[in-house]
Amino acid sequence: MINKQVQSVKEAVSDIFDGAIVMISGFGEAGSPVELIHALVDQGAKDLTVVSNNAGSGHVGLAALIENRQVRKIICSFPRTAISVVFPELYRAGKIELELVPQGTLAERIRAAGAGIPAFFTSTTVNTPLAEGKEIRRFNGRSYVLEEAIKADFALVKCAAADKYGNLVYNKTARNFGPVMCMAANTTIVQARKLVDPGAIDPEHVVTPGIFVHRVVEIIHPVDESKLVAENKKYHGIKQ
Amino acid sequence: MAQKVAMDIHDGAYVNLGIGIPELVAGYIPEGREVIYHTENGLLGMGKVAPPGAEDPELVNAGKKYVTAVPGAAYFHHADSFAMIRGGHIDICVLGAYQVSEEGNLANWSTGNPDDIPAVGGAMDLVAGVKTIFVITKHTTKTGLSKIVKQCTYPLTGKNVVSRIYTDLAILDVVNKKLQVRELAPNVSFKYLQQHTDAKLIESSKQ
Repeated sequence: MINKQVQSVKEAVSDIFDGAIVMISGFGEAGSPVELIHALVDQGAKDLTVVSNNAGSGHVGLAALIENRQVRKIICSFPRTAISVVFPELYRAGKIELELVPQGTLAERIRAAGAGIPAFFTSTTVNTPLAEGKEIRRFNGRSYVLEEAIKADFALVKCAAADKYGNLVYNKTARNFGPVMCMAANTTIVQARKLVDPGAIDPEHVVTPGIFVHRVVEIIHPVDESKLVAENKKYHGIKQ
Repeated sequence: MAQKVAMDIHDGAYVNLGIGIPELVAGYIPEGREVIYHTENGLLGMGKVAPPGAEDPELVNAGKKYVTAVPGAAYFHHADSFAMIRGGHIDICVLGAYQVSEEGNLANWSTGNPDDIPAVGGAMDLVAGVKTIFVITKHTTKTGLSKIVKQCTYPLTGKNVVSRIYTDLAILDVVNKKLQVRELAPNVSFKYLQQHTDAKLIESSKQ
């Protein structure tokens, strides 16, 4: 019998190990699985490589994970935001590694991993510093850069609704990296606003088919990250 | 400047507007033209900024501003969104600049200052993939240095990617790796423009 629902975020992230590569969905606040990230802060796995578009705001969510010194390296396209304080400080102090990847290349490197494609060529970054050291090849008279897939041990993803098979639908622009990250991780852990009965999501409307998802936890009222940031809230974690 | 850009966006165009001044372009599209806005975080058919009280944290644009979606809009994930860009499906992208060279090279993501946190977002994907790149920028920096240069000194976003530059002094076309003046702003002479431009300009044949 297949039932991917787990009862708590604690249980959902319990096996994330030290040194793991962890993808985290979201474009800024939109689609960021804050409850799962906070559970990972509680759980305490260290030396993580995080793959996410941004590097967190304020002192909650991804910023709390970084502030708790659990992240060794971040792979992202845009690590600074107007209210990003934790990452810049650690980066300037040389205490966190950054691999800067253009947003579309980041999405495609993740998608490629999920599709079993080890590398691909793209014209993005040709003749820029971000192409340095990478193989360039010409196709039809144009230069392209070789980019390798990014595979993860775990993906933490937020969605709007899920069923026990792991079929997912998202909400508006909170979809962003969710579908490709679900495909690219050995273990994909999803927080859904709503757990629905199988069939409640029209098969024509399923965005992420359940085969890409391993665990689903229902979080009916997720926190509003921008509100917590505006209130200067800090997530300290729960000692276990 | 934004108005001038808007005049050059054709009916039926799929357009991506960069963060900041480029966003103003949408307000000047002439009546009777339908333009569909793409925002690379996953929406085709972006509408206006969300009115107060109707902000949805899960409906944002590439600058993370709260926006709306028009009837007929579509949401999609990032790989699809950048397939639209990289695959050449977006007609026009309007971007800001630190520097643009006479060859159409663009620098708009980094000043190369080691104290800055490097960040690139979708800029390099956009210039590599979108059919036509318009740049909208002040002609000079706050300290009076020309942003229209012979060669970019800042790290490049893309090489030979810019088609047209809209500044407060002129509209310039990149033609065969040279800058040709398309239009001068009111009360700006070619001589004045050239004095305030690092790159060599070609006078428009129309004038």
